[in-house]
Amino acid sequence: MVIDEDRCTGCEACVAACHAENNIATVGGDQAARGRAMHWIRVERYYEGDFPDIRVKYRPVLCQQCNDAPCEPVCPTYASYHNPEGLNAQIYNRCIGTRYCANACPYLVRVFNFYNPVWDKPLNLQLNPDVSVRSVGIMEKCTFCIQRIKTAEIKAQAEKRPLKDGEFNPACVQSCPTNAMVFGDLNDPESRVSRLSRSSRGTKLLEDLGTHPAVTYLKRDTWHDEQNA
Amino acid sequence: MNKTPEQINQDLLRPIYHTTWRFYAAATVLTALVLAAFFAWGYQIYFGIGVSGLNRPVFWAFYITNFVFWIGISHAGTLISAILRVSNAGWRRPVTRCAEAITVFALSISGMFPLIHLGRPWLFFWLIPYPTERGIWPQFRSPLLWDFFAINTYLIGSVTFLVLPSFPDFALIRDRASGWRKKVYSIVSLGWRGTPKQWHRLEMAMRIMAVAIIPVAVSVHTIVSWDFAMAPVPGWHSTIFGPYFVAGAIFSGIAALIIAMALLRKLLHLEEYLRPIHFDNLGKLLLVMSLLWFYFVFAERLTTWYGNFPSEMSVFWSTQVGSFSPLFWTMVFCNFIIPAPILAIKNLRNKIGWTVAASIPIIIGMWLERFLIIVPSLSHKIMPYNFGSYRPSWVEITITAGTFAGMGLLYLIFSRVFPIISIWELKLGMGKETKAPALASQATAAEQP
Repeated sequence: MVIDEDRCTGCEACVAACHAENNIATVGGDQAARGRAMHWIRVERYYEGDFPDIRVKYRPVLCQQCNDAPCEPVCPTYASYHNPEGLNAQIYNRCIGTRYCANACPYLVRVFNFYNPVWDKPLNLQLNPDVSVRSVGIMEKCTFCIQRIKTAEIKAQAEKRPLKDGEFNPACVQSCPTNAMVFGDLNDPESRVSRLSRSSRGTKLLEDLGTHPAVTYLKRDTWHDEQNA
Repeated sequence: MNKTPEQINQDLLRPIYHTTWRFYAAATVLTALVLAAFFAWGYQIYFGIGVSGLNRPVFWAFYITNFVFWIGISHAGTLISAILRVSNAGWRRPVTRCAEAITVFALSISGMFPLIHLGRPWLFFWLIPYPTERGIWPQFRSPLLWDFFAINTYLIGSVTFLVLPSFPDFALIRDRASGWRKKVYSIVSLGWRGTPKQWHRLEMAMRIMAVAIIPVAVSVHTIVSWDFAMAPVPGWHSTIFGPYFVAGAIFSGIAALIIAMALLRKLLHLEEYLRPIHFDNLGKLLLVMSLLWFYFVFAERLTTWYGNFPSEMSVFWSTQVGSFSPLFWTMVFCNFIIPAPILAIKNLRNKIGWTVAASIPIIIGMWLERFLIIVPSLSHKIMPYNFGSYRPSWVEITITAGTFAGMGLLYLIFSRVFPIISIWELKLGMGKETKAPALASQATAAEQP
């Protein structure tokens, strides 16, 4: 995945879409204030400069799907594991809730079910049937909408053709009004996401930790700033 | 000590035959606290782990603090007693069994915390490697699994280490008791008759166990420290953690042992057995550990500060001057500034009241140390956007209080069932020049019909 920070307006449509697609519980203001909000993707907001010469920078942060993920080896039950496609899969049924993976994750993108999830009416009627609902004591996180990946793969297989680039998108990418996020197969060097990830503006989050994230951030182009100055 | 073997028997076996109202009163209070803790745990299982104060990013707090703390206390016993046995320190004899009992109980308590802290504790057995319908082994690369094996090894080892030298004493009770006690102690003494062959085997077994248990004890707390050191979390990812934790464990363990011995001495009237010399010697050990602890903290802090990594510094400043600093400086006072001078002055150290006064703050300080290793680091992880904080809930506080009560209760019952001082070893120490098998007959002379 590639995320262009130049395009992100911080509208948080991705957050809402992610909640709807992945049956993520909303915990309510009280619990959220205690640090138990369960967003799989969050938009971090940074301010640059002093008022009134201030610029806001938004950075959507989701699971970086690291190639050397610190969360994987620490899980004693293989709930957190590396799947053959290179995703950090989270197997909910195996999770016993040691929360070690969340401690090891430097990006803090893992969220935990502190209580059994509840959906206020009528939200209970819009649960996605393709995604399992997680109970209390289970860790969860962004899966790059693995249910969509699988659906597209099965469909392509049935039609006996390779998967096309951009044939499907995770909920966050699909809902981004400014196309700040691009999703695709990094193993294919010709895909749009591969070409963008090689951009000179590309950076990785906490790259020096050696986690080798699969998400590339395109930093803001200073050319626009210079034109406006 | 000028006591005949029969007087020793009478003194040390008295708590087993006679229980006072004070015992029942204390046991009732402690049981109530333990039941409250179990209620709190049940409440947490029923409503979910959300009833604790845990949050994102502080996913570990009180429970893991208690886990590490109690494992630390457990190093009182087996390790100290093994070291004293291997080095053949004569003064160890009245001390070893109280110490070994602390190990077994503290370890049992700490072993509950990995379960209590689980999100789904009813599935804890998935940590056990056994062929399952799920078709997978546990993840052997996970430090939590190393923990599982280390703790179980240590538990089995320390129970053996406690029970092995108890057989002659069980046999002694068996020979002197009647009624149900006779039946029970006949079973638990496993047919001990005090033949030279049995003595020889016991000696051999103890010699092997004493040597074998030392690396086990060291490895246990090293592996516990690796739960933290293996994770890329500022303040955790440090090579010093293994020895730092082991030193801290022995430190808190000795302090617990001194407090337990002082209580036993008072309550069971063992003034002539647990004498100031024992507290003096343990006080010297405690002083060494206090200095070592300070050295480790200083080395850890100085290298962090000098290295000046931004992520590490946010943890560093939060403990030195920030919101965790009151706890940090309390810890330094409790672990070094208060006990070190007391223990360094001979005239204070050889007074039991003073060594106890030095030990109690150490218990508090070491608990704080475990807390300060876990929570400030988790609340200041690498990305500042996600800094957090933590406040314990009543559930966590109740469970924590319950473990202290549980320790007291187990120890109280133990002192009524086991002779808290190893009788045969004490007698053995009184006739140093004779060899063990010859002495065996002397030691068991009293119970010959």
